[in-house]
Amino acid sequence: MKKQTRAPHTYWQMVWHHFKKKHLAVAGLGVTLFLFSVAILAPVLANDRPIAVRHADRWYWPLFSGVEKVGPYEWKELKKRSPSVLQSNIGEHGDFAIWPPVPYSATEYNLLESLAPPTGKHWFGTDDRGRDVLSRMIYGARISLSVGFVAVGIAVVIGIFLGALAGYFGGWTDQLISRLIEILITIPTFFLIIAIIAFLPPSIYNIMVVIGLTGWTGVARFVRAEFFKLKRLDFVLASRALGASDTRLILIHMLPNAMAPVLVSAVFGIAGAILTESSLSFLGFGVPPPTPSWGDILSQSRDYIEFAWWLTTFPGLAIFLSITAYNLVGEGLRDAMDPKLFR
Amino acid sequence: MTNYIVKRLLQVIPTLLGITLITFLIIQLAPGNPATLKLQMAGQGEMGQSGMAKEIIEQTKKLYGLDKPLPVQYLLWVKRVFTFDFGTSFKDHRPVLDKIAERLPITIQLNAISIFLVYLIAIPFGVYSATHVDSTTDRVLTLFFFLLYSLPSFWVAVLLIMFFGGGEFWDFFPVYGISSIGAESWPFLHRLLDRMWHLMLPVACLTYGGLAYLSRLTRAEMLEVIREDYIRTARAKGLSERVVIFRHALRNALLPIITLLAFLLPAMFGGSVIIESIFSIPGMGQLGFEAVLSRDYPVIMAITTISALLTLIGLLFSDILYAMLDPRIKLD
Repeated sequence: MKKQTRAPHTYWQMVWHHFKKKHLAVAGLGVTLFLFSVAILAPVLANDRPIAVRHADRWYWPLFSGVEKVGPYEWKELKKRSPSVLQSNIGEHGDFAIWPPVPYSATEYNLLESLAPPTGKHWFGTDDRGRDVLSRMIYGARISLSVGFVAVGIAVVIGIFLGALAGYFGGWTDQLISRLIEILITIPTFFLIIAIIAFLPPSIYNIMVVIGLTGWTGVARFVRAEFFKLKRLDFVLASRALGASDTRLILIHMLPNAMAPVLVSAVFGIAGAILTESSLSFLGFGVPPPTPSWGDILSQSRDYIEFAWWLTTFPGLAIFLSITAYNLVGEGLRDAMDPKLFR
Repeated sequence: MTNYIVKRLLQVIPTLLGITLITFLIIQLAPGNPATLKLQMAGQGEMGQSGMAKEIIEQTKKLYGLDKPLPVQYLLWVKRVFTFDFGTSFKDHRPVLDKIAERLPITIQLNAISIFLVYLIAIPFGVYSATHVDSTTDRVLTLFFFLLYSLPSFWVAVLLIMFFGGGEFWDFFPVYGISSIGAESWPFLHRLLDRMWHLMLPVACLTYGGLAYLSRLTRAEMLEVIREDYIRTARAKGLSERVVIFRHALRNALLPIITLLAFLLPAMFGGSVIIESIFSIPGMGQLGFEAVLSRDYPVIMAITTISALLTLIGLLFSDILYAMLDPRIKLD
């Protein structure tokens, strides 16, 4: 007998039920997961040393131990010996090395091979210092995603805190926080970020913090609006009548019910933060060199626009793809969380 | 109505003060305050120790009031903002306001054209999507605009230069500045065409991203309006679909879309920083970018403050306009 599909019963099951019907949103989720894996696995995907070496019947793990050589094998020498396919480089006495798919680290340069177009050796070509573009892009995914997540994390925490206060207490608290939101909206955010970043010592953490500190207004407005609605509902009034404290009402009863719009704007926020980070790097205010970043590769491409199409195309596609993916997931979530659809 | 406007105007006061406070914080946040920075620029390097350098620091400090306690400094800053006294540029010692007045018309030109184009393109598509809701065309349009929206403008700019601006392919459009050399002496029509030719690529970069948002908004507003009773009435009395959609529905759906305009105009400033510096357009964005690069404090502060003020005026204007045009809005 065919197993009957159970109707979804918890809120998040219902959200997932509606979300997975949207093919584009699911595709977007797939891309975000792919980028995630790339970022996490970066050292294994692209590195200037082998993942594993078999020498004299013993295994060595240069990637993790950081050793420069095993027996007679030095990584630089090994790489020179067979410059094309390095996946399993067989040496003498049955020794072999397993290399990452991209056998270059993000900062390893070779001035003899600068600005080389894509070949079997450098799949995405090299930049003006002869660094492998694909390797830099793989590590660039780490920068993009960590800036996206940390910045949005900061923004969400501030946004929830201020939005909840404004929505719950109303009155003067609300006036004060609403004016604060209005102030941040009026100041040209991107210019403010550049101005602040330019005066701080160059570091990825400053970028995360500044993007986070300027990006919380959306979350705060959503939470505020939700709290205005929620505080009039019976279940909140009932808990208040039972003597629940403000903190308990806010944290236990109201906040969980206001999380849906927060999640949606957080996902859109990640797309926005990735865009801001790459714009900053493009303008030269991003992560300090030689840290790889998609925007930084793109900014190099401006100097070689007459011929170096690979410097323009690949990092731009990566930025576009990740922004699109997060926006698609955000859209899918927003639609899936719309309670009108649950009926 | 009057009550609402007065109340809304009163709310501007704390926001204004807040803007001065945030801009003031930028000065304080910098590792070297303007005084030491000015010094570093004058004689690069190790001049900090010499006696003469100290003298210069003292003078600049006095000029900017940096030797006074913080509250006094802040009051001085507020006074400067309200008297529009932004001082002179560190770089060329010209009054900051003169520099801005020179650049502002170019930025306004650029943004006005692209906002006009966004409205011109997005509204018809939005109306079409609403009248053909969930059709294939509606879905394709939505997805297409969505993809455009996700394209980073600086990438598009570089791609456009690569394809059309003398990069790897064709050389159709100039990618530097806003007019050809010697264009000042040309007849008006020729100059106009030359300007349009120069603005083609940057305007394209500033326009495409807004299409998604506005066509979506138009679609949503139209769908809302079409459900209203008066539309049913209009249909019931036998008006043609054309008249119902364009005269009855669109007119009401446009309300929030038009009021958005007041908000959009100043908001586009941020995007111009990137596009103006890529295409070397001598507007506010480029001025700001260069000021940040050369640590030109008075210019940075003036641009931040002035564009915040412009946005605030836009915000206020759109709120009041909305309240005046839509009698349904609650005025409390």
